[in-house]
Amino acid sequence: MCGIIGVIDRNRQLMDGGKIRESLAMMDERGSGEGAGYVAYGIYPDYKDYYALHVFFDNIRENKGALDTLLEKWGTIVHDEQIKTYEQPNIRKVHTPWRYFFRPDRSLMPKSTTPDEDIVTHLVMKVNAEKNGALIFSSGKNLGVFKAAGWPEDVANFYRIEDYKGYLWLAHNRYPTNTSGWWGGAHPFNLLNWSVVHNGEITSYGTNRRYIESFGYKCTMYTDTEVVAYLVDLLVRKHGLSEKLAVRALAPPFWEEIDLMPPKEQELNRAIRLTYGPALMNGPFAICVANEHSLVGFTDRIKLRPLVSGESGDRLYISSEEAAIRRIDPDVENISMPKAGEPVIGRVYS
Amino acid sequence: MSIGSTPLKFKVSIDPDRCMSCGRCIENCSYGVYRKEGDDIRINSRNCVACHRCLAFCPRDAIDIEEKPNDYRSHPLWTREVREAIFNQAKTGKIILAGMGNAQPYPVIFDRLVLDACQVTNPSIDPLREPMELRTYIGKKPSSLTLKQLPDGEVELITKLTPNLQIETPIMIGHMSYGAISLNAQTALAKAVSRIGTFMGTGEGGLHESLYPYQKNMIVQVASGRFGVDINYLERGAAIEIKIGQGAKPGIGGHLPGEKVCADVSCTRMIPEGSDAISPAPHHDIYSIEDLKQLVRGLKEATEWKKPVFVKIAAVHNSAAIAAGIARSSADAVVIDGFRGGTGAAPRVFRDHVGIPVEAAVASVDAKLRQQGIRHKVSIIASGGIRESADVAKIICLGADAVYIGTSALVAMGCRVCGTCYQGNCAWGIATQKPELVKRLDPETNSVQVENLIHGWTLELAELMGAAGINSIESLRGNRDRLRGYMLDEGLMEVLDVKTVGA
Repeated sequence: MCGIIGVIDRNRQLMDGGKIRESLAMMDERGSGEGAGYVAYGIYPDYKDYYALHVFFDNIRENKGALDTLLEKWGTIVHDEQIKTYEQPNIRKVHTPWRYFFRPDRSLMPKSTTPDEDIVTHLVMKVNAEKNGALIFSSGKNLGVFKAAGWPEDVANFYRIEDYKGYLWLAHNRYPTNTSGWWGGAHPFNLLNWSVVHNGEITSYGTNRRYIESFGYKCTMYTDTEVVAYLVDLLVRKHGLSEKLAVRALAPPFWEEIDLMPPKEQELNRAIRLTYGPALMNGPFAICVANEHSLVGFTDRIKLRPLVSGESGDRLYISSEEAAIRRIDPDVENISMPKAGEPVIGRVYS
Repeated sequence: MSIGSTPLKFKVSIDPDRCMSCGRCIENCSYGVYRKEGDDIRINSRNCVACHRCLAFCPRDAIDIEEKPNDYRSHPLWTREVREAIFNQAKTGKIILAGMGNAQPYPVIFDRLVLDACQVTNPSIDPLREPMELRTYIGKKPSSLTLKQLPDGEVELITKLTPNLQIETPIMIGHMSYGAISLNAQTALAKAVSRIGTFMGTGEGGLHESLYPYQKNMIVQVASGRFGVDINYLERGAAIEIKIGQGAKPGIGGHLPGEKVCADVSCTRMIPEGSDAISPAPHHDIYSIEDLKQLVRGLKEATEWKKPVFVKIAAVHNSAAIAAGIARSSADAVVIDGFRGGTGAAPRVFRDHVGIPVEAAVASVDAKLRQQGIRHKVSIIASGGIRESADVAKIICLGADAVYIGTSALVAMGCRVCGTCYQGNCAWGIATQKPELVKRLDPETNSVQVENLIHGWTLELAELMGAAGINSIESLRGNRDRLRGYMLDEGLMEVLDVKTVGA
């Protein structure tokens, strides 16, 4: 099960989290009250040039000092503070959420062409693999993930999600099977500016994980979803594929379709499948992936999970259910159901 | 004779109430077990190898074959096999030859691995109703693609792919040479692979002219003896395989006795008739990994870089590092041949005691190549002891791209795994060059049987994948999360990178 929703305003008009909360709560039938989360882009305009690291500390006194030292070793902490939370009767606050605005010292990775990103990725992988009472669950610029174990409305109220204003939102209502009640296991998953929400189960996880780990990523969250964020990062940021071709690699056409394509197209699609065979994601899934420029929704190759899209002016909505979209925008138009493996892509105008 | 005769291996008896003295057993037995004396059929059980040819052709089910009719005094250390090997060597002073694969009762790792299936949280996929992709490409893959964005929004592929073999099922037939097996047996295999759309190996015996029509489904082998190798041979193959070693006898070369080198075999192998064909233990131009790299490139140059080149090694302790070296050459695939791999003839001491199981070797090769970020540079073909479709699924989960089968394909043609291939007397017309025995094997009928076997396995593989919620074989490859070890020890589970059942 699980319910997902994503919305982008292509003109970068900001939306507060209130409607998203209501929309996600529409899909409570898809969840079990053990995990929900939100990510919003454009929420930290005052610190937009710094990496916003959201961290769950098990214990501030025990665990924070070590992280501060590590961050100072690799750059500068421009500002840090506790993320404001508001007590909810149904949420047990097992972690203290914290935010850092961090500037990496790029001279420390002289051989890299993307030193800032590589330093932040390195820190995220290192901290999360070490499991020393700190988990970095959000690491992009001008964006932030807010998640916890609980029902969507409780998690939203815990963070007062309506106080955040973003031009792009993803949200997730979780029905966990692998890791119940673990805050780190709630969606969205994020790395740098990539965020992912996912409904389903990836049966190819073992293959995907071993593939992505051979490029230096580390899967540390005990769940199949994080691998999607890393795969997209690899394919788009490191290998330079467009979002459309990245989705083609992750949920490619069948050979019988490729065999019927015109020669040039056939050659391209064969090359994608041969090169990215281990990145192919199998099993039932509907996924929304976002970065600061775009929102992409797609399903597995035989569409074993629902995905609906709709538009309203500059806004593109992608969700598990039409009802959830209509909750935000009753006058939504162009409701459509993308075919298996075909991406729905929304991009900001500038 | 101080040792005297050893107890019978098999005791053959005929039920007189059922026998109608038709004599088919006499005609069919190529080992001289039966003879006619007056109206009676007499039996010499000592010659029996349990190839079951007589049993299969007795119209009345009158024949019984009993294994080990006489007991030795039992002893856990001094087994029957050990004692008989000593008797044998005490008499002959020679190396003991044996056939087929490893005959020691080591545990079979395949049988201690179980596959996964979907329930509730993810639906299984029904291959009867949904597409199920088993298509596999064997060869080098790029690590990433270079693309050019065109003004019209289209994308142009700049990266040039190196030639790959395309197979519709991840099952190929391994190298069994003309000489080791008969031409009729090779022809049956060739017909089968060309109909299925897969490949078979020629072995180190050259390519007989009559097989030229099937050459686009043949992988030609270059082994240390270089028998049958010339440019014509190389150009005919769909791919070329350099054989460094063989799972049944790692570290040593091959030996085809002169009796099996008839006129036709001599032409195909390019050696004098009746001469022993002895392949040296190493290639005399390969004494290091750089030398191998040069041979790979030499073969590629000779065939204008149009054909994939494979390198076959026996599964040994250091396979992973060796494979990593091979992956760094221009080779397109590495074949890992496990210690259960069959053979026509191998010294018993090698067959039973040298090498490691293919499951562990493939798991460590796959892991090492991933660790070094070079897994895409080479495909992994697993061979040696693949007995059923479940073995294929399991070895692919452990990291193989495809498998070679050998013994299984022979069994599909009637082989009973009697293990006496080296005698050249095969009653089934498989491992023999005697014309009267070879003609027993009809290439057409037998090709259908081999085709049926691979087809059946392919269907089962599709069902296993569907049950695991996987519709493309890429997603099974190296997916060790879909395996669990049952009664495997911790050390081995670490090597295989699988969890225990229940975890």
